[in-house]
Amino acid sequence: MSKFLILPLLLFLTACSSVEPWVKPYERAHLADPIMAFARDPVSNNYIYHVYDAREGGRGAGTATGGGCGCN
Amino acid sequence: MRAKAGVAPARQPGAVVAATDSVLRRLVGLCLLSLSVPVSAAVLPEDRADLLYHSYSGGGADINGPSLLLRKKFAEDFSVTANYYVDNVSSASIDVVTTASPYEEQRTEYSLGMDYLRNRTILSLGYTNSVENDYIANTYSFGISQDMFGDMTTVSLGFIYGDNTVGRNGDSNFEEPTKLRDYRLSISQILTQDLIVALTLETITDEGFLNNPYRSVRYLDPASSRGYSYQAEVYPRTRTTNAVALRGRYFLPERSALSAGYRYFTGSWGIEADTWELGYTLPWGEDWIFEFSYRYYDQTRAEFYSDLFPYRDAQNFMARDKEMSSFTTQTVGAGVTWYFEENGAGFVKRGTLNVNIDRIAFDYRDFRDLTVTGVAPGEEPLYAFDATVLRLWLSIWF
Amino acid sequence: MNMKHRWIAPLLVLALLAAGPLQAKEVSGPAPDFTLKTLDGKNIKLSELSGNVVMINFWATWCPPCRVEMPKLNDLYNKYKDLGFVLLGVNVEQQEQPPRNFLRKRPVDFPILMDKGNDVSKLYDVVAMPTTVLVDRSGNMRYLHQGYKEGDEKIYKKMIKQLLRE
Repeated sequence: MSKFLILPLLLFLTACSSVEPWVKPYERAHLADPIMAFARDPVSNNYIYHVYDAREGGRGAGTATGGGCGCN
Repeated sequence: MRAKAGVAPARQPGAVVAATDSVLRRLVGLCLLSLSVPVSAAVLPEDRADLLYHSYSGGGADINGPSLLLRKKFAEDFSVTANYYVDNVSSASIDVVTTASPYEEQRTEYSLGMDYLRNRTILSLGYTNSVENDYIANTYSFGISQDMFGDMTTVSLGFIYGDNTVGRNGDSNFEEPTKLRDYRLSISQILTQDLIVALTLETITDEGFLNNPYRSVRYLDPASSRGYSYQAEVYPRTRTTNAVALRGRYFLPERSALSAGYRYFTGSWGIEADTWELGYTLPWGEDWIFEFSYRYYDQTRAEFYSDLFPYRDAQNFMARDKEMSSFTTQTVGAGVTWYFEENGAGFVKRGTLNVNIDRIAFDYRDFRDLTVTGVAPGEEPLYAFDATVLRLWLSIWF
Repeated sequence: MNMKHRWIAPLLVLALLAAGPLQAKEVSGPAPDFTLKTLDGKNIKLSELSGNVVMINFWATWCPPCRVEMPKLNDLYNKYKDLGFVLLGVNVEQQEQPPRNFLRKRPVDFPILMDKGNDVSKLYDVVAMPTTVLVDRSGNMRYLHQGYKEGDEKIYKKMIKQLLRE
């Protein structure tokens, strides 16, 4: 499954500079708000995912990253 | 250390006190990789220290302990993390109670991670070591995260390699290796000023001794007084699982956030699972944030799972681990965050005190409660229990 | 599958690291004029500052590197203000309360201008937070620095000193 994803990913990466962002960096006040973070507190988040991973048969794809202020 | 009560009579010759819960608590490193993968690729995470007290109580098991995390930037471009985590286990769960005796043990875990930032790319490396008296896990992780399209898209790739050794108490000759490889891809996309979505894919393969050295399956045995007898569980020596999840967060006017997510899970052992999550984050005034969550999880059983096999050695692979059965979990959770410092000019720039309680209801469809006696084998009531998870933590940003 | 994966990751890493580091870009052309109100209620017009070296810094309280940068900017301002250096902190937020709360605990001496409508941010084509533009005594843009990492204040210092000498 991972093999299948690598090629589209590489194409994705090489096209990275040509798209005009429609949310400007100075318009990211809401997205940068801590309440919009996927995981405000990694230690606490990881613990609850660990509880589920340990007691359920399903595993993986537990967390997401991204968003934030887009600074620098 | 483990409570050394007498071996359960006539159930398994030479059996030792069971640690039926411990092996499946051992998915170390998979979650801890997230400690070293930052939120947004173009900036290193802020320096912080978190001290968490965690507690899980349910189904006869009580596990609690601390987790301490430190994160500090060095030399402009590096951010280092160190984590210390302990599980103090006191277990009298259903598997333990029916096939052995309650026990106590401790698992200690150390992790180190490093993030390196260059332009819009962050490289992450991590190592975790977890030790308990019958299991050692070493996990190595590598991650790369890239911001693109004007920082509206973040693509992350992660790879984890685990090298573990399964032991068995009372049997110093028992040492079985397992190896794990975990590939993760995550793409997050800002859609509007108020909406972000993320797609995550994760494939995990493991090989080696994948079952629990203490757990057993049961089979119909008219010769036995109970009507059934036990034999050791037998698992395949490889497993591949795939999970794909879609999540979103939406900023509501007047400052609150709605989150939703769905994960589909499938694997080579036949387990299929759906997970639905819903969350609502509500700030109150300047210093308080309330959080409410609901989670619904449903899985179908592993191909080789059965609560009661028809006779001994009925299949090549046999499991009676309730985590391999068909069941549902539903979780309702609530949390509070208090900002005791918001814009500090001294050492502490920001500080929060947090508490979060989750109540999980486990409902099994084909795993039976063997503590109920006086019933024909296979007629025992289906097992169900509730668990309470408590998280209490202090975070400071400096 | 495992063999192939061993080289994909390092290859990706090399490809992505090939780009050079972020430094101050040299830019040219007259600095677009604007008038904004400060938190004290005064109006500041850029063209009226002609004859000074002007540093325009676009920031927001929700941007962690911007917050870290502020005391460093304050030091630079105090060091060079008597030599004809002006620092304008242009805040891009829609409300005055967050910057006021922030500055109450961590005050600065240079003027803070509110760009609530984001007109000036658009005028200067701000594509990163924070963004710092240096304007020379003749009113021309000379340097553009995007983002902030610890140590960048040394770059600012070098550019300011050079423009002050002109």
